[in-house]
Amino acid sequence: MNLRRLVMREIFHRKTNFFLALLGAALAIVCVLATLAAMRSFELNSDALIAKMEADTQKEMKQLEDDIRKTMKGLGFNIYIFPKDQDMSEVYDQGYASKTMPEEYATILANSKIVTVNHLLPSLTQKLEWPEKKRNVILIGVRGEVPLAHRDPKSPLIDPVKKGELVLGYELHRSLGLKLGDELMFKGKSFKLSKAYQERGSKDDITIWMNLTECQELLGKKGLINAIQALECNCATLDRLGEIRAELMQILPNTQITETGSTALARAESRTKAKATAQKQIATAKQHRKQASAERERFAGVLLPIVLLFAMAWIAMLAFMNVRERVTEIGVLRAIGVSSKIILTAFLSRAVVAGLLGASLGAVFFAVIYPLLKERFFHGITLGEVISVSECAWLLLAAPFLAAVSAWLPSLMAAQKDPADVLRYD
Amino acid sequence: MTDNQPIAVKAEGLHKRFVTTEEEVHAVNDVSFEICAGDFVALHGPSGCGKSTLLLMTGALLSPDEGVIEIAGKNPYELKAEGRAAFRAEHVGFVFQQFHLIPYLNVLDNVLIGDLANRSSGGESNGDRARELLEKFNIGHRLHHVPSKLSIGEQQRVALARALLHSPELVLADEPTGNLDPENSEIILQHLADFADDGGAVIMVTHDDRAKAAAKSAMHLDGGEMISSDQQGEKKEGQGE
Repeated sequence: MNLRRLVMREIFHRKTNFFLALLGAALAIVCVLATLAAMRSFELNSDALIAKMEADTQKEMKQLEDDIRKTMKGLGFNIYIFPKDQDMSEVYDQGYASKTMPEEYATILANSKIVTVNHLLPSLTQKLEWPEKKRNVILIGVRGEVPLAHRDPKSPLIDPVKKGELVLGYELHRSLGLKLGDELMFKGKSFKLSKAYQERGSKDDITIWMNLTECQELLGKKGLINAIQALECNCATLDRLGEIRAELMQILPNTQITETGSTALARAESRTKAKATAQKQIATAKQHRKQASAERERFAGVLLPIVLLFAMAWIAMLAFMNVRERVTEIGVLRAIGVSSKIILTAFLSRAVVAGLLGASLGAVFFAVIYPLLKERFFHGITLGEVISVSECAWLLLAAPFLAAVSAWLPSLMAAQKDPADVLRYD
Repeated sequence: MTDNQPIAVKAEGLHKRFVTTEEEVHAVNDVSFEICAGDFVALHGPSGCGKSTLLLMTGALLSPDEGVIEIAGKNPYELKAEGRAAFRAEHVGFVFQQFHLIPYLNVLDNVLIGDLANRSSGGESNGDRARELLEKFNIGHRLHHVPSKLSIGEQQRVALARALLHSPELVLADEPTGNLDPENSEIILQHLADFADDGGAVIMVTHDDRAKAAAKSAMHLDGGEMISSDQQGEKKEGQGE
């Protein structure tokens, strides 16, 4: 005869009491697992949704940025950098700056780490008479784009004009009957017509493009330019010009900038706003998820202790009933010399077995029904993702411990039962 | 008291009072006796006279308010509760009117239940001793039956086997034949007498005349006091039953 045999025989004898205790432990474990699974699956699901939202937005924004870049590129330069002392009303009146600035400004800008503009194109522009043809023309000296030192080289928006060559606008070559390859004299110097533009319906039609160095020599403005054209970067914020100006002023304080409005800009701004809105929506979704998660945690923080307390009270009540039912047995055992320690161990063991078996059955039951409820209540997330094996093991260890704690008081009562009291009134 | 036998139980000046909200009951009042090995003593008296209280005190279950008890030469009330439990397991056997067998254990396990006490003090299992006793009491064929499947007489024999498992010096029997028919009463009384003949001491609380007759001596208790004590088989005239 040993204690294990006594405990197991008693459990089989009083099946109902034991089964009810076991059921209490099983239900408590199912509740704990279900609550954990619901919280975790909600978190995983909302994390996945937000991640998808972010990825979609990123993809969309990248596409939009590419669209903007292409559109802007198609429309040409929209940022003009002029000397600081240039009267802008004069620029708007005659179409170019009369003041000049060093050509090296373009190089300084290119070698800086400016991020708000790209495609830098220095130029020297002046209205003058083409003496050999008796025509008023706009002469623009260009050297091609100055590559930005800190960025990957971009394909140039405008190709440079080689030395000894000219590019003419439509009205000029049409009215003068000029063809590609014709030799032309401009202010006493010989050039070859390398390119003739199609009609643009703008002042470009009466413009001559020439190599910048040759232009500077012809105009007596060696090493000088009167504008740097650029394309604003679409990474700029809503206050695009302010941001560009702030950055530019740190690099070239003796300059000023202006921006030409366009539908592309409006579109870019609306897309920037759309991006900001999308990011705000993601932030809001994250905030909502955080709040919902916190609410669920608070709810679980109330629910789980209640469930555990209820289960423990249930097990304690059943243990009390068991002790009451076995009062005479306890009295007899104590009378024949069984120690109170063994009585205590017998009752606690019963609770431990109920806790362990109940928790195991609860865990198995939950694992069996989870796949059936997964789609409806747990966002289709697998059990392994929401409950780890170690957590399950901890619960299985905690359950018998809590059951023993629950049964402690009744077991102690049993152990301290005075056999004389029991037998005297028998 | 049996001549030339060692004293199994010695009680001197025992008192026990129970205080209720209404009154104080002097359940045992200045009771002294000596019982030797080989004695089979019937303890009788009217209901409420203190027989069961005296039996519990004698069994190291209920400490007296005054007086001393020695069992096998030792005062169990000098021990702490756990030590007294071990003392009971070693020296005292109990038989109850209601048998108090454990309903979910079979016959063999019911007898061996005392091993739980024995084991805690490092003893070994008494399986062979239990079987021997059950064979002797003619229930060896029902070792694996639970008490509810046994007759009343068989149940009391199992209870007696449980009491004798550790070969105690003293058996305390509280109305052991109270629920038995004459035939089974005879068997139980015979076994108790055999135990006494083998050197054990028996104190049996009883109202049953046949049981009193089976005992070698008698003690009469009334109002908590020992009215007569005929522990050598000679009842004092004008006293006792």
